[in-house]
Amino acid sequence: MESKIRKRIYPKEDVCIGCHLCEVYCILAHSGSKDLVKAFNKKDRPSPRVTVEEKDGYYITFALQCRHCDDPLCIKACITGAMYRDEKTGVIMCDESKCVGCWTCILVCPYGAIRRGENKKVASKCDLCIERGTPICVENCPNEALELKEV
Amino acid sequence: MRYVIIGNSIAATGCIEGIRRVDTEGEIIVISEEPYSVYSRPLISYWLSGKIGDNDIYYRPGDFYRKNQVKLISGVKATRVDFDGKEVFLETGEGIHYDKLLIATGGKPFVPSIPGPKGNVFTFSNFDDVKAIDRVIFRGASVVVVGAGLIGLKAAEALVERGCNVTVVELAGRILSSILDEEGAGIVQREFEKRGVKFFLENSATKVIGEEDVEAVELKSLDTIPTNVLIFAIGVVPNVDIFRGTSLRINRGIPVNSRMETNIPDVYSAGDVAEALDMLTGENRVIPILPNAYIEGEIAGLNMAGKITEYPGGFPMNSIGFFDMHIMTAGLLNPSGGMETIKRMEKNKRIYRKLYIDDGKIAGFMFINSIDRTGIITDLMRQRIDVSDFKERLLADNFGFLDLPKEFRKEKILEMV
Repeated sequence: MESKIRKRIYPKEDVCIGCHLCEVYCILAHSGSKDLVKAFNKKDRPSPRVTVEEKDGYYITFALQCRHCDDPLCIKACITGAMYRDEKTGVIMCDESKCVGCWTCILVCPYGAIRRGENKKVASKCDLCIERGTPICVENCPNEALELKEV
Repeated sequence: MRYVIIGNSIAATGCIEGIRRVDTEGEIIVISEEPYSVYSRPLISYWLSGKIGDNDIYYRPGDFYRKNQVKLISGVKATRVDFDGKEVFLETGEGIHYDKLLIATGGKPFVPSIPGPKGNVFTFSNFDDVKAIDRVIFRGASVVVVGAGLIGLKAAEALVERGCNVTVVELAGRILSSILDEEGAGIVQREFEKRGVKFFLENSATKVIGEEDVEAVELKSLDTIPTNVLIFAIGVVPNVDIFRGTSLRINRGIPVNSRMETNIPDVYSAGDVAEALDMLTGENRVIPILPNAYIEGEIAGLNMAGKITEYPGGFPMNSIGFFDMHIMTAGLLNPSGGMETIKRMEKNKRIYRKLYIDDGKIAGFMFINSIDRTGIITDLMRQRIDVSDFKERLLADNFGFLDLPKEFRKEKILEMV
C-alpha cells in the first residue's frame, strides 16, 4: 500500500531570527564536497532547498521547505515522472536525471517549496536529508525555529 | 474483478495507481493502440530537439506493469465496445470482458481537409509523429508549422534547435492566443523572431503544393511558402470515434460526474477525452492538460476499485518554456468584459505579470519570466481566497506567505498538508 511521510519540518515564525543558516547548511549538505568553503566558492553553488522568507518592512521571518504532502500535486502534475515518493521513507524526491525543467511542479506546489535548482535546469527540493539521517537545517538552527515533528 | 482500460497514457497510469491503492488483487488489462509503454506526450518536442534520449520519454520505470500486475495489450486498437454485454472488441476480433471499464482514449489532432499531397505532412501529437519528422528534417530544411498554440510552438522551438528554417502560420491575430494577451504574446513572438522564425498571423493554409511530397504551402493571403516539411498543430479533439452511435453520451468529449462515471454503469472516463468539472466556471468541459489527466484517472481508479472519491474539479493551467524564457498561466485568460485586471510589464527584462480578479478572487493569471513560487498563487485561486487586501503584492517576483494575512498563513503552513 502507499507510503506516507512520518515526519515534517515546521517553522516557528515567532522565534526565527532570519539568519539564513538553514540555507547555508542546506547548501552544504547537498554539495558534492560537503565542505562549506568549497561549496560556496563553486561557480554552480547548489541552491538551498529551504526558503527563508523575509521582506523589507516586515519584522517576521521564517524558513519553509517541502511538506511531503499526503496528496502531492507535484507528483501528479510532473510531466516526466521525475517527481516520486520514496517507498521506504515517504519522502518526495525529484529524479534530477529525468527532470526537464518544465516547472509544472512550481506552478502547482501550494507551499512554493520547489525551486529551480543550479543553472535553472532541474527542480530542486527538500529531501529531509535522507542520506545523512536527520535534516541538517533543523540541527543547526541557532534559535530552534525549525522543528521536526512526527505526524 | 477485471478492470479494463482503453488507452495507455497519463489518465490510464493514474487509474492503475488509483486502483492499486485499494485493490491489489483484481485483474487489470490495458489496451493501447500505440506499441509503447506509457510515455509523456509533452516530451516529444524535447526528444525531437535532442534534449532527451529514447529512454527518457517513458513516464514510469520499466517494471511498472509487472509491479502493478497489469496486462498490457499494445499495438492493438480497440474498435468497438458492447456496453450491454460488457465487452471490448479489438481489431483482431478478440473480445475482452470487463467488470469496470475506463475510457482514456485521449485526444487526436485535428487535420484540416486541404487539397494536395500527403508526403512529409505531419501532425505533432505522438512519439511516432516525431520519429517520422526526425527522419526527414535536416539542418537548413524549411518547415512550415500551421498553428501557433502550445503544441505548434513547442514543435517550432524544437525544429529551430535542430537547425531548421521555421515559418509559423496562425489563424488568430497573435500567437498562444488561448493563454496570452497581446502584450504577452508579443514578448514571446519576438524571441522566436530573434531566432529566425517567421510568422504569418490572421492567415491559414489553403493548399499543399507538390507531387508526392509537399514542396510549398499556399496561404489564404495567397503567399506561397516553399517548404520541405509541413506540420499541422491546429488543435486536438476528443478521440471518441469508436463510441459514436452507441448508448454512451458524448458532447464534445465524454461527460462524467464527480466520480468520473459516464452515463453507463461501470463505465468511467478520464483525461483528454473526458468532460469533467471546471471548478472555476462550474461547468463540465474538456481541459486537456497532463496534471488533470493524472488526477482524473486516479479518481476514476479509486472509484472503480470501490473507494468513493469525489473530483473537486480542475482548471486550465500551463507551465511552458521556449528557449530561455518561461511562461506560467492558469484559469480564465481571455475573460469577456469588465473583469478587474492588474499587471506589471518590464519590457527590457521581458517580465510580464497579469492577473484577472473577479469579486476579490483570482480568476486567472499569466506570468512571463517571473515564475518562482507561483504555486502559492495557483493555490489562492484554487481555494478562492479573497486577495483584495494584498493584490498589488501579487505582481511582485518575490510574492510569498509573508504577504498573506497572519492567521491564514499560520493555518496553511502549520496544518494543511
